[in-house]
Amino acid sequence: MIPEVYKVIHRQEEYPGTFTLHLESPASPPMVYGPGQFNMLYAFGTGESAISFSGLEVEEGLLVHTIRAQGTVTRALERLKKGDSLGVRGPFGRGWPLQGIEGKELLLIAGGLGLAPLRPVVYRAWQGKLKASRARLFYGARRPTELLYGDEIPHWITKLDVVMSVDHGDNAWPGHIGVITDPLQASDIDGANTVAFLCGPEIMMRFCIQVLLRKGVPESAIYLSMERNMKCAIGLCGHCQWGPNFICKDGPVFCYQDIRAWFQIHGL
Amino acid sequence: MANLGQIDSANMDSYEHLLQAADLDDLIQAILEHGYEVYGPTLVDKAITYGKILSSADLPQGWTDEQEGGHYRVKRRTDNAYFGYVVGPHSWKKYLQLPHRPIWKSSRQEQEVQIIEIKEDVPKLAFLGVRSCELHAIAIQDRVLIESDYPNSNYRDRRSGLFTVAVNCTTAAPTCFCTAMQTGPAVTLTSDLTMTEVLEGKRHFFLIESGTELGAQILAQLPLKPSTVEEKQQAQKGIESAETQMRQGPRHFDSSDLKELLYRNFESPSWDKVAERCLSCANCTMACPTCFCSTVEDTTDLSGENAERWERWDSCFTSDFSHITGGSVRADTRSRYRQWMTHKLATWHDQFDSSGCVGCGRCITWCPVGIDLTEEVRTIRNLEQP
Repeated sequence: MIPEVYKVIHRQEEYPGTFTLHLESPASPPMVYGPGQFNMLYAFGTGESAISFSGLEVEEGLLVHTIRAQGTVTRALERLKKGDSLGVRGPFGRGWPLQGIEGKELLLIAGGLGLAPLRPVVYRAWQGKLKASRARLFYGARRPTELLYGDEIPHWITKLDVVMSVDHGDNAWPGHIGVITDPLQASDIDGANTVAFLCGPEIMMRFCIQVLLRKGVPESAIYLSMERNMKCAIGLCGHCQWGPNFICKDGPVFCYQDIRAWFQIHGL
Repeated sequence: MANLGQIDSANMDSYEHLLQAADLDDLIQAILEHGYEVYGPTLVDKAITYGKILSSADLPQGWTDEQEGGHYRVKRRTDNAYFGYVVGPHSWKKYLQLPHRPIWKSSRQEQEVQIIEIKEDVPKLAFLGVRSCELHAIAIQDRVLIESDYPNSNYRDRRSGLFTVAVNCTTAAPTCFCTAMQTGPAVTLTSDLTMTEVLEGKRHFFLIESGTELGAQILAQLPLKPSTVEEKQQAQKGIESAETQMRQGPRHFDSSDLKELLYRNFESPSWDKVAERCLSCANCTMACPTCFCSTVEDTTDLSGENAERWERWDSCFTSDFSHITGGSVRADTRSRYRQWMTHKLATWHDQFDSSGCVGCGRCITWCPVGIDLTEEVRTIRNLEQP
């Protein structure tokens, strides 16, 4: 599978080392994708990286990807400027199950960069396009200067509840300080009537799931997005195996009920 | 080659044709004349490996192999058998899922990038001397690499034109356990041609049958004579002796509950024990005929304007394999060996509806410290006992 060439039409620095690219293809028809899916972004001569969709969907005819410069490929992507070209393969994987949330309360629980794959869902909630009865976002970040989409969040809170927590805060920080599980635990959650989408470090998801289960959210209503090394994104290279699952094609979004056994095994 | 459907050729009754060993070149020639590149066993660097075959002189006639955990030697036989050995360090996957192949080339000028797929002009391949376990291995790789939403097109193209001459095993190495995995020693999947080699006194011949139209066409070009009941019995006896060797050998075991056994034993102390010996060298994955993992390498030339992407075999035993932000998921040998063995024998069932192991024994022979998959299964089972 060969990448299509896209152009960077806008680049935004979120905070040092983390940036958002808006991509447009001069040649290809608009890509049809769902929230929670991902693309493989190819930095010329350097390699590919699996990056989730973090923008609005096809309406705008462009792809939005938020990336943290961490390895060789993402550092090469970081150097791209407006007008530069890159390769895009996708969309891949199974995304968030937006069909299953009708009439339920939706909890979006994000840790750090984990907000990026959930932003398309936040946008839908903000636009009133979600069929959920109510949507709440719990967002944990390291420090106030490392909040993703800091300029947008004040707009989001007009339409949905946003609870934020940082590990390291100062006097100016109005939100919670500590791990996100604390405000989650303190919240009023109608377990039986709730669906939760989680994305973040595995340790954070692990503890949040414990809280959710204690609050009576069924395992079948908890969805999480997993990360593993990916090379091909099409189930052929073997890298992203996790027990019997291929994260690239069976995930990255899984229902907790289906993968609980694998989630407990260290070094799988 | 047609789809690898299940057949019942363990019974020699269907082998109606006899080809004298002296006429083996007629067979090779007939395949070559159909435009195939023929590959088969050759003796190279003191091992029987797969290479190009132009005539029967390229085959390791009169040689056999001696195999054990971490041990392989070629030895002279007392006869002139052409196929009097089992399997070596190579498998046919090197011709189907290429070890190293270009995927695309890319060029960049100013802000413009072009990406062009590199398509190979695929040769017509014929494999001579494919064992039953190896046909099963090819069928397993077909399920992974072809029967997917996004097939590996190079594998599919190489595979679709493949012609096979299978050989029933009449001898087994101590490392063989195809009887435990139900993949041999008699050929049980469709092959264009299937042969059984017989050496009886001064007589040396092959019983041969076709499994496809093309196989029948090639048979029709050969100097054959009808086989007798006695000759069929001689061939049958060879296969049965290989089967008996394995069934009575130390590596025969009941594989019917392997998935459940391993799914119950992700935390078995056996993983710690094997990790003390395993070098995480990846030999088993390279020698395995079904291991399909690959990675990609991206390179540029000195100008920085031209780039290429290559795919190459990879192994779950390397630390890079599971690398994500924050380090390797499988940071130690315990987790890597567990991944390999559990994938091969257990999770493969959920992924591709079969075991990933064909019982060829290569991982045992080519493990530098002689780790034995069948022994590890036994250890896990024993440690599970209350």
